Amino acid sequence: MIPLITSIIAITLSAGTSLVYATIGEIYTERSGILNLGIEGMMLMSAVTAFATAFHTGSLLLAVLLAMLVGMLLALIHAFLSITMRANQVVSGLSITLFGTGLASFLGQSLGPASNRFNLTGMSAVKFTRLQVEGLGEIPLLGAVFNQDPLTYIVYLLIPVAWYFMYKTKFGLNLRSVGENPQTADAMGLSVTKIRYLYTIFGGMLVGIGGAHLSLAYTPGWTENITGGRGWIVIALVIFSMWNPSRAILGAILFGGINAVQFRLQASGTDIPSAYLNMAPYVATILVLVLVTVWESHNRKVGPPAALGTSYMREDK
Amino acid sequence: MQLVFEKRKSVSRRAIVLVPILSFIVSLILTGFLLLAFKANPFRTYIAMFIGAFGSWSNFTETLVKATPLMLTGLGVTIAFKLRFWNIGAEGQLVFGGVAAAWVALFWSPFLPAWSLLPMVMLVGMLAGAMWAGIPALLKTRLNVDETLVTLMMNYIAILFAEGLYYGVWRDPDGYGFPGTKPFPEAAWLPRFSGRAHMGLFIAIGIGLLLWVAMNRTKWGFELNMIGKNQKAARCLGVNVKRNILIALLISGALSGLAGVSEVTAISHRLQQGIAMGYGYTAIIVAWLSQLNPIAGLFVAVLMAGLLVGGDQIQMMMGLPAAMGLVLQGMILFPMLAGSLFTEYRIKRIDPRNSRVAESNEELSV
Amino acid sequence: METEKKPILEMRGITKRFPGVVANDHVDLELFPGEVLALLGENGAGKTSLMNVLAGLYRPDEGAIFIRGEKVQIDSPRDAMNLGVGMVHQNFMVVDTMTVAENIILGLKEVSVIPDMGKICERIREISSHYNLKVDPNAYIWQLGVGEQQRVEILKQIYRGAEILILDEPTAVLTPQESDELNNILRQMTSEGKAAVFITHKMEEVIAFSDWVRVLQHGKLVTVKRTAETNPQELARLMVGREVLFRIDKTPAEPKDVILELENVEANDEKGMPALKGFSLQVRQGEIVGIAGVAGNGQRELTEVITGLHPVLDGSIKINGKDMTNRSPLAIIRSGVSHIPSDRIAMGVVGDMSVASNLVMKGYRREPITHGGLLDPRRILDFARRLIDTFKIATPTPETHVKFLSGGNIQKTILAREIDSCGGVLVAAYPSRGLDVGATEAVRNEMVRQRDKGSGVLLVSEDLDELLSVADKIVVMFEGQSMGELNSTNADVEMLGLMMSGVSKKKAEKEYYGSDHATGV
Repeated sequence: MIPLITSIIAITLSAGTSLVYATIGEIYTERSGILNLGIEGMMLMSAVTAFATAFHTGSLLLAVLLAMLVGMLLALIHAFLSITMRANQVVSGLSITLFGTGLASFLGQSLGPASNRFNLTGMSAVKFTRLQVEGLGEIPLLGAVFNQDPLTYIVYLLIPVAWYFMYKTKFGLNLRSVGENPQTADAMGLSVTKIRYLYTIFGGMLVGIGGAHLSLAYTPGWTENITGGRGWIVIALVIFSMWNPSRAILGAILFGGINAVQFRLQASGTDIPSAYLNMAPYVATILVLVLVTVWESHNRKVGPPAALGTSYMREDK
Repeated sequence: MQLVFEKRKSVSRRAIVLVPILSFIVSLILTGFLLLAFKANPFRTYIAMFIGAFGSWSNFTETLVKATPLMLTGLGVTIAFKLRFWNIGAEGQLVFGGVAAAWVALFWSPFLPAWSLLPMVMLVGMLAGAMWAGIPALLKTRLNVDETLVTLMMNYIAILFAEGLYYGVWRDPDGYGFPGTKPFPEAAWLPRFSGRAHMGLFIAIGIGLLLWVAMNRTKWGFELNMIGKNQKAARCLGVNVKRNILIALLISGALSGLAGVSEVTAISHRLQQGIAMGYGYTAIIVAWLSQLNPIAGLFVAVLMAGLLVGGDQIQMMMGLPAAMGLVLQGMILFPMLAGSLFTEYRIKRIDPRNSRVAESNEELSV
Repeated sequence: METEKKPILEMRGITKRFPGVVANDHVDLELFPGEVLALLGENGAGKTSLMNVLAGLYRPDEGAIFIRGEKVQIDSPRDAMNLGVGMVHQNFMVVDTMTVAENIILGLKEVSVIPDMGKICERIREISSHYNLKVDPNAYIWQLGVGEQQRVEILKQIYRGAEILILDEPTAVLTPQESDELNNILRQMTSEGKAAVFITHKMEEVIAFSDWVRVLQHGKLVTVKRTAETNPQELARLMVGREVLFRIDKTPAEPKDVILELENVEANDEKGMPALKGFSLQVRQGEIVGIAGVAGNGQRELTEVITGLHPVLDGSIKINGKDMTNRSPLAIIRSGVSHIPSDRIAMGVVGDMSVASNLVMKGYRREPITHGGLLDPRRILDFARRLIDTFKIATPTPETHVKFLSGGNIQKTILAREIDSCGGVLVAAYPSRGLDVGATEAVRNEMVRQRDKGSGVLLVSEDLDELLSVADKIVVMFEGQSMGELNSTNADVEMLGLMMSGVSKKKAEKEYYGSDHATGV
């Protein structure tokens, strides 16, 4: 029993890693008032970029860096459209997803070796391997936490740092004010545009790492739709964590855990259709959203940043 | 020198027409660079795509096959967006419509006369789509829950629900493991008129025309317009905002549900893997590019379908990935979104040194 | 004269244009240390945009600013802050979900990356006790009332070292007591050599608060006066550019049957706090009943419960003798109520639709504008042209979108639609707010005309002159209750002022006239 649970924990954490990166990224973006529904496309693009880079250069570092860059570039497009051009953020984000999905699929069929008709599918490359922390890794159950790949270890650090930065530093204060009340932030001498660009792109960077984790560590390789809808789960997780980076872990464990349990069930040949199990997190997210909204009418401290999804321009008369 | 946006004194009609057309051209150019990077000739590719989609009657019927669900979902999205209700759940509504259609087609046939099976399939499918859009509409109007996120989540619930059925209890035992239900009885098939193109096309065109009249010439359309453009004022003027949102969303969902019905009853004749092809998301492009005009929406749907079919064709003819069509589809929205600012704003140049204002030239103001 | 003193602030020839409007037209301004300058003008005279230029929120198209004798360029609020200019906006610039202390340090450069909140709170407490600005630095903004939020705003500017404090209509939301406190704070600040500019359109405040007054009219500076050398009548004349008509031509009212009746109406505001507490009111056919009071004392809820936009918790509303409590807005419109809403852009028109469409937004339900379920565009246009002529709405074409019209013409569009569809009751909330003199007169005369046609008119206004000249009866509202009813022919401003500060009519009469005098209706 214990080895089973240990392995479920291990898979949960590994499955949750990409979700936590992207969720924290999206939380930062949404906190600045920008809703980015392009995560799915961004993750796919960064996953294909990471894998193609790893395949051709053999460098994991370069692969992750390029994946981050791709995430940032796509986020930049969204930032430009929704901040500078004041486009509808829902439509802009969706077009990032459509574009990213299409282009990732295109690249997946173009960047491979000539021997495989330029297809990346089915190829293998360098990947992140699990590193056991000496001593800690052997403890039953808990050992699973310390038997992970480097990107997962970084995530352990990222969560508290992201929380501290948002709530305890002045940059976090500036960030929250811009998403909550851009008029005020502007009058207080902050550049709403700069801050929104910054955190939209920063969010894109983290999403990029999340994508890279998928194709380099969790399911090494490239398949079309490698994300399996994770980009949308991230949108749900942001709500689930109520825009607080420290809670991103809870949702990630829930979603990651369901993946892990399913993995196990399939392995043991149980015949419960996984679809229904997969549905639970989405239903839960809707419930959370409803609860948050109802609470909001009594206590104004929970819920989305007040200016989420709206553009800001000073001389708008 | 600095550039700032200045609000126009009136909405530029020229910009409304020009922006979508220019956007399409810009997206062709940008994608052209991408093709060049992969050593493909953009002109030859585009010509091949065009021929693939519109070059022969049989190719064109395939374009119409894909245009039909795009028209229906696009019109559904248009109604919702007209109210500024960001229904991005057309995909889920389509799937749920398809599931309900399958339910009726597979299990009701023993109890219904054959002639009534297809109408019943369509009706129940539309009701299911309506229900799937009605839930977020109710949450929005009763509890003010953000519709964007709810409709998005409900897409996944519907898709997973369908998956659970065709992988599980509804799976065809004689299907050699293929994820899909048994084929429907023929009484539940929506007739085709040429190749795979089917009657759903005419239904969609009819609904598009009807919707144009309803939106532009009826009290209902007038009220939708008021609500979409100023909900508070509409309420002050005696319009029942909540009921209108609910009704509009039921119609919106019903149209997407009908798209699902036509997919399962005319194309696959069963509920199977692949029901969620992303039409519901492309529908958003259709609605946006048509600037929420139902008649324009019909044409845009054909264009978008052409990109999909053309993409498949270049894969066969030139060995280029079919995803090319998707790239073009995604790319087309960027210039469109950037450009729509020019319908209400123009660019003004200011020179901070002497604070003099220079009006922009025609080029900049579109 | 002030020849020895050097101005701390000078603005020269400031011009700010918005599409279609010149908000400021070569305006000059001087401010001396230790003094308070009042910037007086009607709504839309350009006071706020001038101060937004100074605060770095707007970029002037022309002109120069000098601070302590040096020419400066203020491109952003941060530049303004560095020069010691701080603005308290009309809509408070605070973030609801953050604490007072967090709001105060927001955007401050010198705050370290990880702010020492303990130290900051201590410094805030020091300042607040020095100026007698009582605020808890750890409270969240959403927990505070408006008066407290304003104190946070002032505290914030002092904390940032503001030498020149700009206050945009600071008293609009305050009770008379809170206004007095504000005056004391300003005095304390100026005694230390700081200076303040405050924007207002209330003459009494100019007299009470300021040392100098500058009057703006249609974006232009019309006068500079020492406050001691002027009086409210003169200021009023300068502000509107001619002698104020304190009475408009109207015959005495001939009230008939009660057409609108509220009995012990209870309602909450949006935050769930009681806004109407057992409010009763009667409006008869052929009379105009005015509602006086400081904004935020339940006026908004009053107009909205009558028009069906806001739920009634207890009590009843009768229109034409029929109980219409908590009926839908449509049912109430059908029973004959027309509504000129307080926020005309947000509630009165659909800016992105044409003038013609806006004019039929009530008539579209009727034949012959709709025929056989279909709208008839030709008839809509005819109908619109008729109203555009009758009400002299200045619009390029009936198809022009309403948002491109001026404020006055937007209001005329609403007025035309509401009066054309009026079936006996007209509810008008601040109908002349922000309008020029011509449009104001048109609006007021139209209300009297409606009265003479036999409608009952309910007029909510902050402008006592308007109430005294237009209304037949005046009801004073305070904290959701009626302080009593006065006859406008023998009501006076002092008496109204007392009642607006929460003194009941009976008590006010005692205080003001002695116990034996009565000014009944």
